[in-house]
Amino acid sequence: MFIAGLIGVAMTMLLVLVRVLAGPTVYDRILAINLFGTKTVLLIALLGFFAGRPEFLDLALTYALINFIGTIAVLKFMQYGDLGWDSDARDDADV
Amino acid sequence: MLGLIADIVSWLLIVTGALACVISGYGMLRMPDLYSRIHAASVADTGGMLLILIGLMFQAGLGLTTAKLVLIVVFLLITSPTATHALARAARQDGVRPASEKRARR
Amino acid sequence: MRYLLGLATGLAVLWLLLSGHYAPLTMALGALSCVFVVWLCRRLGIVSHESVPLHLLPRLPGYTLWLGLQIVRSNVDVATRLLRGRAAISPRTVIIDTRTHDPLGQAILANSITLTPGTVTVGLEDNEAIVHALTEDGAADIEAGTMARRVARLEHGES
Repeated sequence: MFIAGLIGVAMTMLLVLVRVLAGPTVYDRILAINLFGTKTVLLIALLGFFAGRPEFLDLALTYALINFIGTIAVLKFMQYGDLGWDSDARDDADV
Repeated sequence: MLGLIADIVSWLLIVTGALACVISGYGMLRMPDLYSRIHAASVADTGGMLLILIGLMFQAGLGLTTAKLVLIVVFLLITSPTATHALARAARQDGVRPASEKRARR
Repeated sequence: MRYLLGLATGLAVLWLLLSGHYAPLTMALGALSCVFVVWLCRRLGIVSHESVPLHLLPRLPGYTLWLGLQIVRSNVDVATRLLRGRAAISPRTVIIDTRTHDPLGQAILANSITLTPGTVTVGLEDNEAIVHALTEDGAADIEAGTMARRVARLEHGES
């Protein structure tokens, strides 16, 4: 039964990859990559249960956090061209 | 008997979750502009994720594994809207406007 | 002090759940890392009612339950609309009053709006949230302010 879930999630990842390639704006790509990341978390979790090794959940948890930080970092870099904190930025830098 | 019921419930949840993910991926391709695609993505981010992980919880039974699954759910429920909001805000500041607004202005 | 203790308890529970090993050595290391993190957070000056929202705890389960129901409902709605395609959607952008001046409450409201499929917070400026909704009905629901009232109740108790 995990096979059904795995196939569904993998199919979604393929569909999302098409959106990554198609764009059209860079934000569409980031959105798609973010979704791809959360699907990866689900894929790892399902794979862990499928292989009978639920310890994979630790990897899924880590991946979820890395995915979030990665998305935020890319967005911040896009917007400010810098990952550091600019104290006298005109805009409130709370991305 | 109880194990069988748990298996059936978990099977239903996982398959429905996978279906929600596929629908959301389909919506990502089909929706006309960035903002409606965000809505498509959030179906997979909340519905698909919740269904699949709760389905896995029924497989794991009570224990540390379920606790970890709950932790993943909580983290994702907090981080995914934050990332989505940051994305929508950045897109708006960059001048990407919803298709409906563009039409109204012309 | 209350917040420091709350943070330490939260970290300890997190560590116990993630570790799964309960030998004396690992327990000691875990306790040490909890104390270290609490000390770091205190030095950073980020331990306050915002980072450790203890006052929300008693009313949090009720709110989570209500939000869960909303998420399920709008998931079904948005999923069917995605299948029906462009004809089924009518995107709107509306500006709503957040009803709370507290940054924590505004963040909870914005995250809750974004979490329910079909509505996403695009911007947040002085007590006003710009919300993009997938459908007219969704926009009307958000403008009615049910969610903002719920968040206000979560923050300040019955009112």
